[in-house]
Amino acid sequence: MTAAIASLRVPTRRNAELVLLGFAVVIVVAAEAAVEATRDGHISSRLVTYAAVPLLIGLVTHLVIRRVAPYADPLLLPIAVLLNGLGLVMIHRLDLGLKQQADQYGQQFAGAAAPTQVVWTAMGVALFVALIVLIRDHRVLQRYAYTLALAGLVLLLLPALLPARFSEVNGARIWIRVAGFSLQPGEFAKILLCVFGAAYLVTKRDVLSLAGRRFAGIDLPRGRDLGPLLAAWLICIGVLVRGHDLGTSLMFFGLFVVLLYVATERVSWVIIGGVLFAAGAYLAYQIFGTVQTRVGVWLHVFSPLHNDDGYQLRQSLFGLGTGGIFGTGLGGGHPELVPLPATDFIISSFGEEVGLFGLVGILMLYALFISRGLAAGLAVRDSFGKLLATGLAFLVALQLFVVVAGVTRLLPETGLTTPFLSYGGSSLLANYALLAILLRVSDAARRPTNVAPNQPTAEPAAVSA
Amino acid sequence: MNGPIRKVAAALGVLLAAMFVNLNFVQVVKGNFYRNHTGNQRVLLTEYSSARGQIVVQGTAVAKSVATKDELKYLRVYPSGPIYAPVTGFNSFIYGTSGLEDAEDKVLSGSDPRQFGRQLADLFTGRNLQGGSIELTLNKAAQEAAYTAMKAPDGTMRRGAVVAIDPATGAILAAVSTPSYDPNKLSSHDAASIQDYWNALLPNNDPTGALVNRAFNQTYAPGSVFKVIVSAAALKAGLKKDQQVPAPNGFWPFHDHTGACPNDPTSSCVENFGGETCDNGTTATLAFAFAKSCNTAFAALAVDKLGGQKIADEATLFGFDADQLNIPVAVTGSTVGTAKDLSDKGSLAHTSFGQQDVRMTPLQAAMISAAVANGGTLMKPYLVRQELGPNLSILSATAPVQLSQVLDLDLDQQLQQMMIGVVTSPEGTGGAANITDLGTGVTVGGKTGTADTGVFKNGKQTPPHAWFSGFALQNGNPKIAVAVIIENGGVSGNETTGGLAAAPVAKAVMEAYLRSLGGH
Repeated sequence: MTAAIASLRVPTRRNAELVLLGFAVVIVVAAEAAVEATRDGHISSRLVTYAAVPLLIGLVTHLVIRRVAPYADPLLLPIAVLLNGLGLVMIHRLDLGLKQQADQYGQQFAGAAAPTQVVWTAMGVALFVALIVLIRDHRVLQRYAYTLALAGLVLLLLPALLPARFSEVNGARIWIRVAGFSLQPGEFAKILLCVFGAAYLVTKRDVLSLAGRRFAGIDLPRGRDLGPLLAAWLICIGVLVRGHDLGTSLMFFGLFVVLLYVATERVSWVIIGGVLFAAGAYLAYQIFGTVQTRVGVWLHVFSPLHNDDGYQLRQSLFGLGTGGIFGTGLGGGHPELVPLPATDFIISSFGEEVGLFGLVGILMLYALFISRGLAAGLAVRDSFGKLLATGLAFLVALQLFVVVAGVTRLLPETGLTTPFLSYGGSSLLANYALLAILLRVSDAARRPTNVAPNQPTAEPAAVSA
Repeated sequence: MNGPIRKVAAALGVLLAAMFVNLNFVQVVKGNFYRNHTGNQRVLLTEYSSARGQIVVQGTAVAKSVATKDELKYLRVYPSGPIYAPVTGFNSFIYGTSGLEDAEDKVLSGSDPRQFGRQLADLFTGRNLQGGSIELTLNKAAQEAAYTAMKAPDGTMRRGAVVAIDPATGAILAAVSTPSYDPNKLSSHDAASIQDYWNALLPNNDPTGALVNRAFNQTYAPGSVFKVIVSAAALKAGLKKDQQVPAPNGFWPFHDHTGACPNDPTSSCVENFGGETCDNGTTATLAFAFAKSCNTAFAALAVDKLGGQKIADEATLFGFDADQLNIPVAVTGSTVGTAKDLSDKGSLAHTSFGQQDVRMTPLQAAMISAAVANGGTLMKPYLVRQELGPNLSILSATAPVQLSQVLDLDLDQQLQQMMIGVVTSPEGTGGAANITDLGTGVTVGGKTGTADTGVFKNGKQTPPHAWFSGFALQNGNPKIAVAVIIENGGVSGNETTGGLAAAPVAKAVMEAYLRSLGGH
């Protein structure tokens, strides 16, 4: 009796989630309508498809959450659905632009990406449902930490170890391509390694936070405890050396340093991590031509020296500048002029067509998503959950920052996808997996202690019983 | 662990702020730099992605957009390029727009708010967004005759301009500026050739000034054409056309002399062209002095009888020193000069025959004859008959507007007769404008001008500009008013040369127009 009453005091907020999902659907439909109106001059029946996608993924995920994670954060899912839907609209819009461009130059159009993205979305939702149904308690993951770590490492290093013909696309060996099917395993690896990192650090945090020598007012860790960080650093360097993948190694290393800091509450880890990162970056710059090129393009994008390799970033800046404050309107610009407009540079595509206002709105969605993830980390009661939620939220944040900073010339471009927004199966699947785990942690965070994890929302009938 | 998580959140907040600041920098601070960067094709692609409307003359497009296969989807073409260039202007992706392409850009590009309903309908019906059209008042026959008549015997174009107006409405029937340029070469999609052509047209490289729209935007001293306005002021002041007025061999503004002028270029004394005698050398009728274009008679009239203010007031009625005229292309203002030009006797004497600081555009010259032909009612000139939506619905139709009443009808009749006398009387200087082939119903009147340029080359003044401004009446009804200027087309000191050079051009235009109206 008392348990049932206590559980009633915590609202599940599922109805709020449903309303927000409704908003997300409306925004996606409006965006697609704008694209069609501008591009074709009329609105077609295709709009139904674009309304159906966010509606279906929203409804399916929402109903599953209602059933298995009733106390989950109500904002995370609508934001993910909205970003996914907006990304789909932009990918479709880019299809139209790229097809027109190919026609004008008498070239073969590579094929529409939007239908593929719909398929990937469906698979992402399937993965999401599977994970959130199977993992009824995030602490279960702790048990498989080492298995997951091994899987993560294999995924991370596999493309770098495979022959180039199986793994190299556009100079970066980050793919596994088998029988016309391609995956970017690094996207999954970062989640698996995040789970491992959280589990590992929960057990080792007491040791790692032991003070060693004091230097310049900061307690340095003991020398022998540097092992895990150095191992992570070496793996990242390995990814960089073999895979030429700046983005993934930066993500992985950043993640590990932050987890270490949160687990041990010692700033010294961040400083040591920063020093190692600086050393790695310097070494990479000295050794790898690709890194030098990226930095050169970043510093001198308009120099004739970078006429060819700076083309992409220049077009990105032109697109952003042409968009200005309010943008050209969806469908009204020429984002197809930027190479890879739907994956690495989808942020510039949005910046051109929805302008600063729209882009800042998108950034705010991410900020909200990330803050809800961190809030789950703050509220959840177990250390593993805290580390896991923080790590996952941080992954999204760092990836977004690296992408936005890269395409807006704040930092050298690294070549990562934008979570939920970009075209790409691996990215979408991985981010839906990330969403599932984050929702699971947030459910644990808000669930009253006296309600069992598997028990659905207390029905009024349960009260009288 | 919550402490570090909050610090991580704060750090991420800093990253968000960095992104926000940088986006503002890229999209707002540097936005224009990126937008207008030569490597950025976006603005261009957008501009050329929809069909611009047509500029139509009597059902024929003189500017239209044709679909292309290249990246800029539409090419602007001007089928009769140079002939209509002073009116159409050009539409170049490097050098922007000019002429009506500029003044009517909103309608032509389809961005005019009146087309909003159509734009909205296009959204739902699937038609391509496109611009509206504008239908001009020009008359093909008059325009082409004017252009052809400006050709020199050797086939090159003489420098000058022709403007023709329907006196009853103000509708512009012809507007030619020669030599002209080919707007097709500025609207092509080949940046290098556009730049080459543009550079060749720049004043430093092109002494003929082909880019200058002489018809609306170049001012010249009117010379004796200005005597129409002085005569109007005189008639208003009570003089009759057959009244005797002083017409000495020399007019001395500051002395009581009437004798011939000394051979001294610095003297303020005014003499007739080539030192000729006007009628009997002491007096002549106003009409005779006007027909023979006697300077001394008009100088005496202006200085001794009318004074500067009456002349300036009358000139204002004709359109001088008035409000900016937009037809809708902006027209350069015409002026009678400064207050001192009107008060100082020496300056006023020279102002009376359109020298000193009097300046007018060829359009203004046509307006003078148009007002006289139209019973003294000056109509506002206009080029655009109708603005049409893409579906040919009428967005606007220009209604004729009266600018002023320059003279009452009865006085205007006298002035009309005086101008007809210039063409038909034995002493008249404009006989070359007379039309005799179209039967007795057609009457031509006008006024010649031989305007000193005030430009000296090698110590000698360049040959004067030859003017003719006149009109044709059919059965007493005004049909067309024409002004012609041929730069350096006259011979210094010989009024008849202006008439000989410019009047035949006016005749050709009027005749072509009257024939195009039918009934001949």
